[in-house]
Amino acid sequence: MISHTKSTTGPRHLSATAIVIAAATAAALLAGCSSSSDSSSDPSASSSGGGSKPKDPLAAPAAGGTVVVGSNNFAESILLMDVYGEALKAKGVKVSYQPNIGTREVSYGLLKNGSVTVLPEFNGSLLAYLDKSAAPTSAQAATAAIEAKLDPKLTMLDPAAAEDKDSVTINAATAAKYHLTSQSTIADLAKVGSQIVVGGSPEFQTRQQGLVGLKSEYGLVPKSFKPLDAGGPLTVAALKNNNVQAADVFSTDASVAREKFVVLQDPKKLFGFANVQPLVSKAGLPAAGVAALNAVSAKLDTKTLLDLDNQVQNQKKDPLDVAQAWLKSVGLS
Amino acid sequence: MSIFQFISDFFRDSAHWHGQSGIPHRTLEHLQYSFMALGIAAGIALPVGLVTGHTGRGGNALALIATAARALPSYGLLVLMFFWLGIGLTPVMIPLVALAVPPILVNSYEAMRTVEPSPVDAARGMGMGPVAVLFQVELPVALPLILSGLRSAAIQVVSTTAIAATVSLGGLGRFVIDGLYQRNYEIVVGGATLIAGLALAMIALFWLVERLTVSPGVRGGR
Amino acid sequence: MRGAGFFDIPSDLQTSYLGLIGLHVEEALIPVAIGLAIALPLGQLCVRFSWLYAPVLWVTTVLYAIPSLAFFIFLIDYTGATRTTVMIPLTVYSLVLLVPSIVDGVRSVPQETMSAATAMGFGPVQRYLKVQLPIAVPAIVAGLRVAVASSISLVSIGALIGNQGALGNLLQDAILYHRSNLAMNSVVTTAVLAVLMDIALVLLRMALTPWMPRGGRAARRAARTAAVEPTARPALEDTTV
Repeated sequence: MISHTKSTTGPRHLSATAIVIAAATAAALLAGCSSSSDSSSDPSASSSGGGSKPKDPLAAPAAGGTVVVGSNNFAESILLMDVYGEALKAKGVKVSYQPNIGTREVSYGLLKNGSVTVLPEFNGSLLAYLDKSAAPTSAQAATAAIEAKLDPKLTMLDPAAAEDKDSVTINAATAAKYHLTSQSTIADLAKVGSQIVVGGSPEFQTRQQGLVGLKSEYGLVPKSFKPLDAGGPLTVAALKNNNVQAADVFSTDASVAREKFVVLQDPKKLFGFANVQPLVSKAGLPAAGVAALNAVSAKLDTKTLLDLDNQVQNQKKDPLDVAQAWLKSVGLS
Repeated sequence: MSIFQFISDFFRDSAHWHGQSGIPHRTLEHLQYSFMALGIAAGIALPVGLVTGHTGRGGNALALIATAARALPSYGLLVLMFFWLGIGLTPVMIPLVALAVPPILVNSYEAMRTVEPSPVDAARGMGMGPVAVLFQVELPVALPLILSGLRSAAIQVVSTTAIAATVSLGGLGRFVIDGLYQRNYEIVVGGATLIAGLALAMIALFWLVERLTVSPGVRGGR
Repeated sequence: MRGAGFFDIPSDLQTSYLGLIGLHVEEALIPVAIGLAIALPLGQLCVRFSWLYAPVLWVTTVLYAIPSLAFFIFLIDYTGATRTTVMIPLTVYSLVLLVPSIVDGVRSVPQETMSAATAMGFGPVQRYLKVQLPIAVPAIVAGLRVAVASSISLVSIGALIGNQGALGNLLQDAILYHRSNLAMNSVVTTAVLAVLMDIALVLLRMALTPWMPRGGRAARRAARTAAVEPTARPALEDTTV
């Protein structure tokens, strides 16, 4: 056996090595091709890091040349992305979409490093993310406060009248048990906080507009926190089945009326202003685009947003179709 | 900053070491889900595999079941089960058990098939009854292959239990999912490291079990 | 207008149902192909230098134990949230599954057969291509079947690192839009894809090994061997090596 195999060492070994090298080269080339685009966005990411970490590995690759309209990972954000994108296309702007990026924590980074140009935002929530101590008393003040804290490469366009706030919402059983009504405040819930399990998306746990603010503003320290999703079916299911007694539900969510949930009052305006407002990168968006998005914001009020959300979430229509139909109806397409 | 820096930061932060969302509690939850799934899967697959292997019937049916079960994507099954059953442990157990059954089933079947007839005949010749033959001859000889099926199932289940966090349960996947949402790369890689470590610990555990339970005669004979 | 039917893919995925399938097949099969391209020479090296096999098996067993999600996450640091990040771990898993099958297959070639080939004047390369490889086909295909099935299943997990999961992305959208039929679509399509690929590989083996009896005991035996977990093999092998 040994002598037999020894005699063949040369050629067979050679060919094997050749194949290994060829395969490794192929693999390296493959890896190189698809990663070249995101390496170009890395320098800007590290220079404007802001946070303690110099490089953000969660950043997605950038697309070059066109206006990239992004969205976070919930249905309304995707819908608004489609509204913005289609409105831009109608004005001749070249658009590509990057939906479902994730949470604000991720998408804000992508705007800073230039891989996303436009993102539908909610002004109060964005402010709370940028400045935990800010307590604006009006939407205008909120916008001014955001501009002051915003990365210099970014800006906010006109806010829409449409609002979609986070909220502390309790299920019917909890409302009955602790005699809470839609007139009750979050402070009333805080009195029985030790018996309450609160649910929300994982980032709710670490946000000012989340457990952090609930504790500092209302003294609400729940028995425990259950990580769910951003006002999606997990949250609704958990609240409905009493896995959690209170949860972060969006004020435009259709499930509130359907499931007889009770939205608690927020007198301290922790979830104060949440007007829909485009967050854009200054360099990436042409003037025609700015005008197009401001025209959208002028037409978008809360009633409209509720209606559009309802078409997506309850009537199961595709968000792109809903966006196009609405733009057409208001003469923006 | 390198990935190793993130990992060491994660483990050095004392806040990660206690409480409901601390490393020990999450690890315990992870092991609890994993072993529950493994236990249920073994309870179903071991008897079926051993009996069919012993009788030699139904081997093709088993291979078919194993192939079909392996084709089911665990994460997809989990999301589907969430829609059907809501939040809870059952929707997590179903995909994990579906994942663990094929290796246990097929390996226990193969293990029984590969027991050579000569020691069985010898045992019968010595006057052993069928039960004694099964427990004193066939099972000890088949044990190494049965254990590798269990080990394979254990590794896959421990790795996959991470998806439980996507439907609000605990376990080490919590670190990964929360970190991805909160954009905290440190706890993402920390959690991933713990899961990988646990999977490697399974290899070590089964190596130990094999050393302790497999008869030296069987081990040396191979 | 897109409806909310079983095959109506939400616009945010920016592709059709067939597009998702194409993407899924690509993300699953390219890694297996690269894995095979590396495993063939590596397996040959292990056969050639038998002392190499035990350490290779240990390394591959450990690599195989790294959970896919963890693997993806470690790679995000280097390759970003891209398809490459999904395909690298799948390549490693395929490699791990294929090396033992190739070594087993090549080793199963009887010494007499090799001697006969030498006597017929075959050089080492010819012997490898015309004798060893064809005889090893059933074992290699058995490994490929498991590699392809696991690869197809694992691509879906890519959805968790930012829409890189092809058919798995439907699961995210099922949650976003409260549409359980999308989750059903994802699971069923993925499973059907895996089964079809499996059948294709069985047919491939039959085509490549015309000398083997069809549907006979050997084929059934090979089918069962394919189903035996490859991670189980190291435990068997390390006592023989």
